[in-house]
Amino acid sequence: MTANALVEAAGLVRTFGTRRAVDGLDFALAPGECLALFGPNGAGKTTTLRVLAGLLKPTAGTARIGGHALPAVEARGRVGLISHRSMLYDALTARENVVFAARLHGLTDPDAAAERALEALRVADRADVAVRALSRGLQQRVAVARAIVHAPDVLLADEPYTGLDEQGSAALTALLQERRAAGAALVVVTHHLHEGLALASHAAIMLSGRFVRFERAAGLDVPAYAATYRGLVA
Amino acid sequence: MTPPGTLAAAWLIARKDLAIEFRTRSAFLSALVFSLLAIVIFRFSWDPTAVAALDLAPGVLWVTFTFSGLLGMHRSFGVEAHDGAMDALLVAPVPREAIFIGKALANLLFVLGVQAVALPAVVLFYNLPVGNGVFALIGVMLMAAIGLACIGTLFAGMVANTRMAELLLPVLALPFFVPIVLPAAQATAQILADRPLSASLAWLRILLAFDLVFVYACTLAFPFTLED
Repeated sequence: MTANALVEAAGLVRTFGTRRAVDGLDFALAPGECLALFGPNGAGKTTTLRVLAGLLKPTAGTARIGGHALPAVEARGRVGLISHRSMLYDALTARENVVFAARLHGLTDPDAAAERALEALRVADRADVAVRALSRGLQQRVAVARAIVHAPDVLLADEPYTGLDEQGSAALTALLQERRAAGAALVVVTHHLHEGLALASHAAIMLSGRFVRFERAAGLDVPAYAATYRGLVA
Repeated sequence: MTPPGTLAAAWLIARKDLAIEFRTRSAFLSALVFSLLAIVIFRFSWDPTAVAALDLAPGVLWVTFTFSGLLGMHRSFGVEAHDGAMDALLVAPVPREAIFIGKALANLLFVLGVQAVALPAVVLFYNLPVGNGVFALIGVMLMAAIGLACIGTLFAGMVANTRMAELLLPVLALPFFVPIVLPAAQATAQILADRPLSASLAWLRILLAFDLVFVYACTLAFPFTLED
């Protein structure tokens, strides 16, 4: 176990039948670190994130959040998950969805926390509208508000920019940077190299369940990295 | 920031499910219309010269309750499957058992709501004498609803992510409903026939025993249905 690591994967393997979707990942993220995970469709990025969120059990190896092995309640309580799916109840309003999440995390003032989260995503003015009546982009903003309402130590984001317009993307980037500055560890899965690298302290390219590259993002030549990426996934 | 305990989390989940059902009313209206249609069809296919109302009514009641209840139970996980909401619930720091208890509680209130409308309809259509036994009948319905809600919730969770959930749920759940529906129907028959409560006691004991078994077993088994 790596001291001080908020996110830790050791020999992480996840199989579906005979297919190894995640094939022996080892990495650790300390507070304030962000891993940008790139790779083509089917590389195992989403499966990795789902294991780190406690939604899938590892077939072998371990995944830990703040030193707690997943899917322990202590580990899950420190995680915020953003997906390309909204994970919202469309019959409830934006506020009700976020307040419900806040209550499940045991926040002392769920209403105030929900209001803050919705304001951070610039969607507070639509807080009392049913989610089904919101556009896809606004739903994604509410989904992000739901994921960050409890100020998680670890934020796992799978294609978080899906459906967001320019203003929404800027709000999300600012929020992710703010969470990182506050000491949260982030894992961001994205196909957008520039956005990912701008956020990240570490970058990894994943192919067939393995990291084929894993390095510090600082000082990376982005055009050269993009060319390498294109060459690897071609 | 202390996550809620099992029962507090279950209550949050039940409240959320009931709020969604209150907004949409889709499952409740479907179950209600189904119940009333079933009662009416049974009424018109009934030959009063061949079968007495008191012999037929318990069967009509419990067939109606069983199938209308399934409609709501299927819906309870349908709302979680939509756009991945179940994932958010599973990531939250609440025990898996709390999800089951919350869902089962919402389903129990759903079944009781349908029963509250269907029972007077059956009494009316079959001209049943329930004056003295009405509280005993309500007690039987409550006990049976607990068992039905537990079994239905367990199997609804199990089939939620399958392609033929609507078909699989009744196929899997109905055999497990038998130990609940059989004593409930028998006790209902005794009560409607205005026999003393002691005549139904043996059936009520069986019903209570299966309630306890199903509440306990389904709560323990539910977390395993969430494993991939």
